Amino acid sequence: MDELLKILQHNALESHETISRMLEIPVEKVAARIADYEKRGVIRGYQAILNEDDLDQDKVTAVIEVKVTPQREGGFDRIAERISGFPEVQSAYLMSGAYDLLLFVEGRTLREVAGFVSERLSPLEGVISTSTHFMLKTYKRFGVLMRKAEADQRLTISP
Amino acid sequence: MNPPLSARLNTAVRDIPRSGIRDFFDIVSTMKDVISLGIGEPDFDTPWHVREATVFALERGVTHYTSNFGYLELRRALSRYAAKAFGIEYNPENEVLITVGVSEALDLALRALINPGDEVLYHEPCYVSYRATILFAHGVPLAVETRPENGFRLTRAMLEAKATPRTKVLMLNFPNNPTGAVMSRQDLEEIAAFVRERDLIVITDEIYAELTYDAPHISIVSFPGMRERTIFLHGFSKAWAMTGFRLGYACGPAELIEAMMKIHQYTMLCASSLAQKAALEALARPETDVAEMVGEYRRRRNFVASAFNDMGLDCHRPLGAFYAFPSVARVGLNSREFSLKLLRDQKVAVVPGTAFGACGEGFVRCAYATSMENLKEAVARIGKFVKTLKS
Repeated sequence: MDELLKILQHNALESHETISRMLEIPVEKVAARIADYEKRGVIRGYQAILNEDDLDQDKVTAVIEVKVTPQREGGFDRIAERISGFPEVQSAYLMSGAYDLLLFVEGRTLREVAGFVSERLSPLEGVISTSTHFMLKTYKRFGVLMRKAEADQRLTISP
Repeated sequence: MNPPLSARLNTAVRDIPRSGIRDFFDIVSTMKDVISLGIGEPDFDTPWHVREATVFALERGVTHYTSNFGYLELRRALSRYAAKAFGIEYNPENEVLITVGVSEALDLALRALINPGDEVLYHEPCYVSYRATILFAHGVPLAVETRPENGFRLTRAMLEAKATPRTKVLMLNFPNNPTGAVMSRQDLEEIAAFVRERDLIVITDEIYAELTYDAPHISIVSFPGMRERTIFLHGFSKAWAMTGFRLGYACGPAELIEAMMKIHQYTMLCASSLAQKAALEALARPETDVAEMVGEYRRRRNFVASAFNDMGLDCHRPLGAFYAFPSVARVGLNSREFSLKLLRDQKVAVVPGTAFGACGEGFVRCAYATSMENLKEAVARIGKFVKTLKS
């Protein structure tokens, strides 16, 4: 992967000046390349990685396995895109194995998510069955551990 | 009245001062909220699969003595690694010795070779222990000064100017701590020729071999006629971030390794069994672990070196290891004054170049084995500090 993307994936707020030094390319070129990635849709957006368990909020996340019938001339894409259109669906993936689609669905309450599954998702044409699992606690998201980092254990000066 | 205990000490030990690093550490550790560029070890964690394998080994009861040479399984893996990474073949049965870090291996190599009065050539600025280890082995240290003008590389001419008929050993350490210097193929060719002509033995500490940023590492051992006169030292501390495991190894001709093994056998017995298992796991997938770290270090190196040059601290381009060695000569302070004042005024710790030999005067060592966040803050503070000195 392009090193520029690697840097942004680690810290999207890194300044262009710093990136320019790290990659030894002019600042203008950093800006131009990022703009190009954004234009081409390689970079789809920038988000903060939150430790949601620490936020006082009413929110439940469910992981839903969905079996579907692929459609003629549309394969899995058409039904998957239809499901992905619901704002409750945060992520959706086509999977190999015992089920076809894996969804990450958010709602304010358990009842709300259950309602989404029974009233919106299951009745869709092409959906054969669903299996819903509720998340209890987050340990790691996007490669970031959610527990507080321990202090650096290294000696402050060493040979 | 009896003479004081200090008078009864071994004179070599008594006369050698404590490491300048240790001395500086004592000052830094009295202060709070210091950003340290003084840490000579990776900021990465030991790869998780290595830690997990160590726990598993502990659970299985791998808590006993191993062969004096170390586990044969590990020596075999190291022999394969050396062949692949450095192009040198060693027989795992009798040409590989597992040690407690490269530090022990270096001590063993010197003690195995040196008779009192034998001279050892080495280059400064260098790792803090070299001179002391030579003296403890009753050798005579001959320091060769390397300079920033040619990237702190060692040349044949420099060695010729220092060597005498009593010179027996040449010690090398590239990529270098503290300068980040790396030798070119041509440099090494010329030095190999010199070594063969003078019939010297080489001890080469290549602990930073995996951490090169602009060209792949070349070992002196890979040159014709060098394998039979070289002790190659390497370990797991830097490339695998395993400093606390204390695991290194020496490879060389069987007679030399056998001699080193004897000292190791009578003094250390064997390296930690758990650390040896951890090393075995580290070698199971070296490429992925190391490549990630190298990419990250390279970006930090680029950042730090350009930032120093822009603020007026001339910094040659470090090609390996994870140290920048900028000159502070222009701001009118010596290494120690600069480091102490920077620590007091801006709470950034760097190590005075003099800790690595007298010719380190006028330089400071800045390790970029710390997060980009810390590096950015440290560089900003050093920039502010340099400005106040200039005005």
